[in-house]
Amino acid sequence: MNGPVKRITVATAWLDGCSGCHMSLLDIDQRLLELAQKVDVVYSPLVDAKSLPAEVDVGILEGSVSTEEDLHKAQLFRSRCRLLVSLGDCAVNGNVPAMRNLFKLDEVVDRAYRENVSTHPVIPVHGVPALLPTVRPVHGCVPVDVFVPGCPPRADAIWHVLSELMAGRTPDANEVTRFGA
Amino acid sequence: MPLPSAPTGVRVVTLDIDGRALSARDSESIIEVCRDNDIPIPSLCYVEGLSVWGACRLCMVEVGGQPRLLSACSTRVADGMQVNTDSERLRRYRRTIVELLLAERNHVCSVCVSNGHCELQSLAQRCGVDHVRVPYRQQRYAVDGSHESFRLDHNRCVLCARCVRVCDEIEGAHTWDVMGRGADCLIVSDLARPWGDSETCTGCGKCIQVCPTGALVRHGTSVGEMVKDQQFLPILARRRQAR
Repeated sequence: MNGPVKRITVATAWLDGCSGCHMSLLDIDQRLLELAQKVDVVYSPLVDAKSLPAEVDVGILEGSVSTEEDLHKAQLFRSRCRLLVSLGDCAVNGNVPAMRNLFKLDEVVDRAYRENVSTHPVIPVHGVPALLPTVRPVHGCVPVDVFVPGCPPRADAIWHVLSELMAGRTPDANEVTRFGA
Repeated sequence: MPLPSAPTGVRVVTLDIDGRALSARDSESIIEVCRDNDIPIPSLCYVEGLSVWGACRLCMVEVGGQPRLLSACSTRVADGMQVNTDSERLRRYRRTIVELLLAERNHVCSVCVSNGHCELQSLAQRCGVDHVRVPYRQQRYAVDGSHESFRLDHNRCVLCARCVRVCDEIEGAHTWDVMGRGADCLIVSDLARPWGDSETCTGCGKCIQVCPTGALVRHGTSVGEMVKDQQFLPILARRRQAR
């Protein structure tokens, strides 16, 4: 190492998603070592940090915006990250979580917590964020800079995006991934 | 909609497409000449072997001397024609068309039986659609699973009418038609009766093969239908033990 090099700071979060995109990120295998040399992961489900720093270079969001907490996180990421990436179909187009939009929210909640429950049917209200009436993709709530479709985007596609970002370029993920992937 | 018939006696014309000097028969459309010469033009309703529909507007091209765009599938070539198949304006229009299609109905690729085999999915990638800029309509459409072999999912339909044409022009049954207008437009079988009740459908499956998306599919292809029957196992095992 030739003295301290300015390392790129990255924060990630998953909103209404299955964590599959984060798993796909881990699937870059040995390239994680290269990533660790160039990048500081300052906030993520993959690290211990409990709060998002005031300034981050790249924010990566997996999942759609389905709850008040998702909305809050998306807004927080947007305000603190210089570049915001929508990772995966849920973040990019709503995907499976947004399929509940075809029903009224009350019907969805009833279906999950009353109709299909045999003991103590109760709708949870404490300790869980309130669901929004409509599930939206991240860019339906805050401006997004880079879109990476795929369910999940393949590890190679994620690596392509990260490599371009590390090289200081804005990646075009459409060359390497697509909806559904 | 067949193209007006060409004058008798084939004539060869020369034209310019994207700066390339090409010759073609004057009975050919722009898209046919482009396909013959490996010039990519996106299209959805156009498919070789069926009549021209001109509905999807994805194959719009710029033609010299014409202020408006023309669809390459329904425009016949002419001598000295100057055609441009790719420009910033065309890319913008094509991208917007695909986005509007994706926003109109349910096109969630990850849970579609046609994921990986869908023309809309690959068109989106080709046209640079990495997200949809308009709000999704979130409308529910019906699914007709009444046919013994096939299923029609209106949520996945892009109204290209390939099924209508292949059924009428190739199979000769004319089971399919188009009903309604705008977002309420639907493909219908036999005067909007359930497909399973159709008296004209021959069950040939040609519509399934030409459908570019997951709107027309064979039963048994969805994840929920992939049910394994392992009843045989305990029965055979018991019988063997009893021996």
